[in-house]
Amino acid sequence: MIERNHAQDDMMESLVEKNKKLIEDITESYPKKVKKERKTHLVVIDPSEEQHIMADLATIPGIMTNRGCSYAGAKGVVFGPVKDILHLTHGPIGCGYYTWNTRRNLAEPEEGYNYFIKNCFSTNMQEKDVVFGGEKKLYGAIKEAYEIFKPKVVGIYATCPVGLIGDDIKAVAKRAEEELGIKVITVSCEGYKGVSQSAGHHLASNTLIMDIVGTEELEDPTPYDINIFGEYNIGGDVWLVKDLLQKIGYRVVSVFTGDSKYDDLAKAHRAKLSILMCHRSINYTNRMMEEKFGVPWLKVNYIGITSTIESLREMAKFFDDPMIYENTEKVIEEELMKIKPRLDYYKERLKGKRAILFVGGSRAHHYQDLLKDIGMETIVAGYEFAHRDDYEGRKIIPEIKEAPHHKILDTYHFERVTEPAYPQEKIEEMKNKMPDHFMNYEGMMVHMDEGSIVIDDFNHHETEELIKALKPDIFLSGIKDRYVFQKMGVPSRQIHSYDYSGPYSSFEGAVNFARDMDMAINNPIWKEVTPPWKK
Amino acid sequence: MEKIAKGESKMECNTTERKYLTVNPLKTCQPLGAVWACLGIHQCMPHSHGSQGCTSYLRMQLTRHFREFIPTTTSSFSEAQVVFGGVGNLKQAIRNILSIYKPKVIGISTTCSAETIGDDVPGTINEMRASGDIPEDVKVFTASTPSYVGSHVTGFSNMVKSAVETFAQKSSPNGKINIIPGLLSPGDLREIKRILKIMGIDAIILPDISDVLDAPMTGEIHLYQKGGTTISEIEDMGNSISTIVLGREAGIEPAESLKEMYDVPYEVLPLPIGISNVDKFIMKLSEITGKPIPYELEEERGRLVDMMLDAHAHWYNKKAAVFGDPDIVEAIVGYANDLGINVLYALTGTYSSEWEKTVKSMVPDAYVSSDSDLWYLKEQLDKKPVDMLFGNSHGKYLAKEYDLPLLRVGFPILDRANLQHFPIVGYRGTAWLVERTGNTLLDYKDAKSPEHLLELIM
Ligand code: SF4
Ligand code: SF4
Repeated sequence: MIERNHAQDDMMESLVEKNKKLIEDITESYPKKVKKERKTHLVVIDPSEEQHIMADLATIPGIMTNRGCSYAGAKGVVFGPVKDILHLTHGPIGCGYYTWNTRRNLAEPEEGYNYFIKNCFSTNMQEKDVVFGGEKKLYGAIKEAYEIFKPKVVGIYATCPVGLIGDDIKAVAKRAEEELGIKVITVSCEGYKGVSQSAGHHLASNTLIMDIVGTEELEDPTPYDINIFGEYNIGGDVWLVKDLLQKIGYRVVSVFTGDSKYDDLAKAHRAKLSILMCHRSINYTNRMMEEKFGVPWLKVNYIGITSTIESLREMAKFFDDPMIYENTEKVIEEELMKIKPRLDYYKERLKGKRAILFVGGSRAHHYQDLLKDIGMETIVAGYEFAHRDDYEGRKIIPEIKEAPHHKILDTYHFERVTEPAYPQEKIEEMKNKMPDHFMNYEGMMVHMDEGSIVIDDFNHHETEELIKALKPDIFLSGIKDRYVFQKMGVPSRQIHSYDYSGPYSSFEGAVNFARDMDMAINNPIWKEVTPPWKK
Repeated sequence: MEKIAKGESKMECNTTERKYLTVNPLKTCQPLGAVWACLGIHQCMPHSHGSQGCTSYLRMQLTRHFREFIPTTTSSFSEAQVVFGGVGNLKQAIRNILSIYKPKVIGISTTCSAETIGDDVPGTINEMRASGDIPEDVKVFTASTPSYVGSHVTGFSNMVKSAVETFAQKSSPNGKINIIPGLLSPGDLREIKRILKIMGIDAIILPDISDVLDAPMTGEIHLYQKGGTTISEIEDMGNSISTIVLGREAGIEPAESLKEMYDVPYEVLPLPIGISNVDKFIMKLSEITGKPIPYELEEERGRLVDMMLDAHAHWYNKKAAVFGDPDIVEAIVGYANDLGINVLYALTGTYSSEWEKTVKSMVPDAYVSSDSDLWYLKEQLDKKPVDMLFGNSHGKYLAKEYDLPLLRVGFPILDRANLQHFPIVGYRGTAWLVERTGNTLLDYKDAKSPEHLLELIM
């Protein structure tokens, strides 16, 4: 298991106590009910206790939350990056409009394939559609899209009113498939389903496994075929990683779903291993792929140098092949050499800087590793829409109580439909060798230092109080709370979109990230905040 | 024409009449405009009643456009609320907002889910007032803003209309004028206030996002900035001499309410962008208030005319497409006419036959539509090309594909920083737009020139 950083006990104890008190203070101004509820989402890491955190529960109305909706999770996060699907939002204009080029899931056009992702397609529902039903308009829109764009695959994503008026989008999709001879996939990801983006991830996974994965054959399988899961190619992350993996000798069959094509996803069941980055957004598919096709998965993290190295070595362990072992070490050595001088420069400038880290599904964990590599420290980390397993590890899953919103999210289980690539003994052996990561995830909390704070579904008030009390050197979060804290004098960067920068993955990405931290923290403009006549 | 990357990103496609499908829209939904309007009211917390995704999205979009904090709360609907109604969440939300964010005003708009299930928002607020849940000194106003009607411009109009109808009163004449400035930027509002000051005119501007969305960096945190129209100013709007609506689509409805309720007459003018539109504004101000037009403004105008003449060769007879929100498109068409730029397309996504009529009369040969999108423009550019684009950031893909300069105006601007601080209204603002227009075309020309034709004097 992972070792904790044990600093001097008495000193630590006081930090734990101090921060526990801080949490009391922060929640003090809440109405009683809110206080009680929010306190279960705030934890100060204290190894002397068995610690749990509440997550994936309804947002308290009226609290300025950063959470989005299930449409955002399904269309925005999981399906949006697939570049040759024509993504058609069925609903009034807003939802589709807001997901139009607003996430930096980069993708490159490929000869012979459609490339739609720079466009926004919507049925732009009007009042009469809400009153009389929107199916006719949906069908008409698919037909027009077919005539103009000749897509091979159309994706339909439902937004709030669609479910409420009862449009049968599956029936429309079926009719369109029959009449137009194209593939039409659907996700009923109405925004009110679930408590955050997370419901949409779940629903998207269902569509992936029911309608896509396993529908096409991989013509030329190799022993080194892998899938990359939970990777959306923000700022080009997957391109760096693919390069490394290919240098080692792997072949990437598919990426779910950064810079991907429909055909890649359809063939993913023939890969020998899936590696999983963002646990929250897509682990459902990994579970189902293992059940249905026997494809095992390995939780990796290639954000951060140390964790990239660990992940590459664990992958090698799984393939257990001399060529792979050798190339893995060679690549690690080469890459380290390449980045060392630049990294050393930034490390010197960033030594001891403290960060607050609020992101989505797995990044609050991943970026702690990277911050550590460049000499920084994470004092608070939180997720927007994670579940308890993202904090505490998958071992907690059996204990998670079913909440009302889970009932509407279908969970499927499968019988094996193909011969798995590996015998069960090999799978068991790997589980023993890599208990934290092979078909498992140990969660974020175990990695955090004593006295650091974990926070679920953070909101504006709590963030403001934490920043005032802890005075971090940098605040890493999303666009919505970036500017308010910047105005408070705290350097701030977006870790969802990388502020138009990146890639941040693997070795080169670590240098990019360090450069951006330096740019934010050590910027000369900070000196100008107070006018010289007031200094 | 140069290709973009490897592969081929220009799509091969057939031109088809579209009845059902919207591609690359020129509008978003009502709640965004409603929140925009609330942000221009002093210490107002915009609350969005419905599912939380809409709020998250519109906050993202507004934050990216202004690069400022956009506070907005939500009723965070889940399955239970759409089945049993969202009133319980609304009440809980209001209590939490009051105790945590302590606003002076709460402006409530609705999203699709709340509208479709039909929650009674005003009724709930009245009930909470009666029970003392909402204290006397906190003002609340509500608007119904279903996204399947109109656009964000409609949402803006609905919210401002509600503010006026909820708060405006009539007591004794105040000698002021009302201005409803539509979706102008903080820099624009600052310029309008400067002009009013020079002319010695007292005005109530609703909403006013200057000093809210352009607050200075101080090292302090403020949930509410010092700007925004105060409730007592809105109350006073019933006593004004007249209302000037800058931009018909975003502002006429609230002005009509003031007329109906308190007999305040109104005048509809285009946004004061471009010399003739500014002339109209200045002369109207003078006419309504009886104040003379100061020489200082005449000088500003003269300098603008001088600049236009000095640079006229750079844009004269160029062909342009203009797209975005209706009011700014109308104003830019006027600006283009002043300059001798030929507008071939004037497009928006907020449907209005009145708007189409007005714009059509300004550019009779152009294609004018208020029910259009950017895919339509793309198809037309294949047939009848232009030399330049005026519009929002979404136009950058067309600019790249057709190798055209894009002059960024309107909303949203997501890919260039700080434009919202610089006015394009008034003579001074127009002068800056003139500078940008001419020099953007010259930059473009330089970038395209072969080396031996690169000239020093232009
Ligand atoms: S559900 Fe309606 S209100 Fe919400 S973003 Fe979509 S269109 Fe706008
Ligand atoms: S890493 Fe974060 S932003 Fe990316 S999909 Fe996961 S949760 Fe969303």
